[in-house]
Amino acid sequence: MKKSGACLKGPIGSDNLINQQPEKRKALAEFIGGLPIGDDRERNRGYLIECLHKAQELFGYLPESVQLFVADHLRLHLSEVYGVISFYSYFTTVPTGKYRINVCMGTACFVRGADRILEELKRHLGIDEGETSENGKFSIGGLRCVGACSLAPVVMVNDKVYGNVAPGKVLDIINDCE
Amino acid sequence: MKIENAKQLKSHALELGMRQAKGPRTRILVSMGTCGIAANTHPVLTALREEIGKRDLQDVFEVVETGCMGLCHSEPSIEVVDRVEGTTTLYGNVTAGQAAAIVEAGAYEAAGVEILDRTWYCPEGEENQAGARQARVVLRNSGRIDPENLEACLIAGGYQGLARALTEMKPAQVIEEIAESGLRGRGGGGFPTGLKWGFAAAQSSTEKYVICNADEGDPGAFMDRAVLEGDPHCVLEAMAIAGYAVGAQSGVIYIRAEYPLAIRRLRMAIEQARASGFLGADILGTGFGFDIQIKYGAGAFVCGEETALIHSIEGTRGEPTFKPPFPAVSGLWKKPTVVNNVETFANVPAILRKGAGWFKTIGTPECPGTKVFALAGKVKKVGLVEVPMGTTLREIIFGVGGGIREDRQFKAVQTGGPSGGCLKDDNLDTPITYESLRALGSMMGSGGMIVMDVDDCMVNVAKFFLDFTLDESCGKCTPCRIGNKRLHEMLEQVCAGRGSHETLAKLKNLSHTIRDTALCGLGQTSPNPVLSTMIQFEDEYVEHIEQGKCRAGVCRHLISYAINDDCVGCTLCARNCPVDCISGERRQKHHIDQDKCIKCGVCHDLCKFHAIDKN
Repeated sequence: MKKSGACLKGPIGSDNLINQQPEKRKALAEFIGGLPIGDDRERNRGYLIECLHKAQELFGYLPESVQLFVADHLRLHLSEVYGVISFYSYFTTVPTGKYRINVCMGTACFVRGADRILEELKRHLGIDEGETSENGKFSIGGLRCVGACSLAPVVMVNDKVYGNVAPGKVLDIINDCE
Repeated sequence: MKIENAKQLKSHALELGMRQAKGPRTRILVSMGTCGIAANTHPVLTALREEIGKRDLQDVFEVVETGCMGLCHSEPSIEVVDRVEGTTTLYGNVTAGQAAAIVEAGAYEAAGVEILDRTWYCPEGEENQAGARQARVVLRNSGRIDPENLEACLIAGGYQGLARALTEMKPAQVIEEIAESGLRGRGGGGFPTGLKWGFAAAQSSTEKYVICNADEGDPGAFMDRAVLEGDPHCVLEAMAIAGYAVGAQSGVIYIRAEYPLAIRRLRMAIEQARASGFLGADILGTGFGFDIQIKYGAGAFVCGEETALIHSIEGTRGEPTFKPPFPAVSGLWKKPTVVNNVETFANVPAILRKGAGWFKTIGTPECPGTKVFALAGKVKKVGLVEVPMGTTLREIIFGVGGGIREDRQFKAVQTGGPSGGCLKDDNLDTPITYESLRALGSMMGSGGMIVMDVDDCMVNVAKFFLDFTLDESCGKCTPCRIGNKRLHEMLEQVCAGRGSHETLAKLKNLSHTIRDTALCGLGQTSPNPVLSTMIQFEDEYVEHIEQGKCRAGVCRHLISYAINDDCVGCTLCARNCPVDCISGERRQKHHIDQDKCIKCGVCHDLCKFHAIDKN
């Protein structure tokens, strides 16, 4: 269900992000420490998704070293953790851009031309949906209905909403990102 | 303050109501749902507060931040209620600059501010008024009270349904009342809620669960979010009632992580309910204990399917499993579990408070109650509407929705999201029920209702929904994983004008196979958008393959843009063309280089002289 995932390069966890950011590592350890983890593996797994949410909130994405850390602390296998991350579209194993440009993929936006907006974005930035530009500045994604259907089509850049976007306005939005 | 028993709850609510009646005479309700905030309501709110502060009128005006009023077409919207004069004024498209005029006018209509027809909005108690087009049960508090304030909820009758259940009824009587009311699952399936609770109650296990499905995923539906943002306590109350009825002590709300405001308000509501003794051990002194935790989804549409949702709560991949066993027998942690969606739960407190008899007076005999629809697309008044079951599509689209934008010609309405189908004008007078929509090849679904006009290509719409299904298919069963991929490829052929009658036959055949063989609801209903458009709009499919023509001018491979003699050479199109494929001197007719044109349509949209033809 997800289009891209990072392929394994070097020994597992060699990205070492978890150790490069000791404060975030500590925050994550404290979060997991606060959960009632016991000996029942099945029930421990019930906390996995909230741990991953926390980890992604802290680190921005979930590279292998972070996955390993979570797996160890919840006494789960790395494969189980990876299996969950690769299933849910909210989790990402690659860093997203400084400006996350998301086009609403709701039906109301679609009938008012959201696909044209997405095409224009891809063309201007030279990246596909789910990818990040090489300079790390932009990433493009789809977004489920934000409920601003009267403003359709809608584009969100991080938390900012742009409504009634026409294909000709796409460049303005990109330029607005600085 | 902890409420010790049902009697105290009643007297406390009365006391709060009286205190409110002695408060400021004018209340300004500001719609602050996610949609309102996106439409820039914050500056209006700030300006109103500043204006009141500046005039030192805090004793006269009270500004209340409410949930969504459903008036998406006119956000930011505010309502001014004056208790002394008994007037109420609804303003739309308010700007910060108009705050002074609104405060100045008070109970009267402010000049220069857009005034909306209040019968459109129609809060609870006014549904019988002349011209009222809606009836609010689920959204009764949304847009009426401050969702972050428990006291406001109590004044509106909050937790009195729970109090009645716990003190006046046995669990079996609660189930009987719900069954008697005829309430059916509002997530789309329409399964009788009372029956579902009855199954779970009949299980002997001591550990049972109540789950609220708030993983609203239909692209184009947002009613659950509106309820959670506008009236979170009603969901908590309903879950506690369900817990009492089936014998569960724990509840889980499974909510999309993409709903930050709803999550924040739910968390706050749970804290408040615990502190006041509506959740936790010994609720209202009855000895019954129930608590609720929140679990987050992580972006998987299939998790709206109940078995997949349960797996996701258990921390695994959210893949569905075969039923039976049904969750009511073996659900979360293999224990009996009731799963209902937000809108279904939101009906429960009102039924317990006012009785099954009252509920049955709304809607049709087979489908009592109301349904909330997210009305969007090419309709004039986009918004969240709640109508009695049995209302016709025409009434919703042309009555509540005000007709088609720019008075263009209506073509189709899509209901049921990716599991539903498209209906055309012949179907507009059908009263909406679960059965009537299914008979027409569509679905009630969670309540997305997208209106389309002649500019929408039905083949392309079917392709859009399949795009969605492809992306969201969990990949567990072959019909859904591979079958939908093949369907999508065939639709792409049709859209590119490369299909044949054989393609259409194969499309139909494969759709039937997927419908009959897929594992879960997502897969079984995924071909519905294709099948329904093929039945209702067969001529469009045939046009695509036989004539290479897309009458709506949407399918890119089948259209081209050309400049006609009306061109005055204003250069607007050339300056805005993203690929610089338009050339021409100023004041001379321009020309489009067809090899470079990407058919984005920017020139066509911009031209003020109708000089660009789409063929």
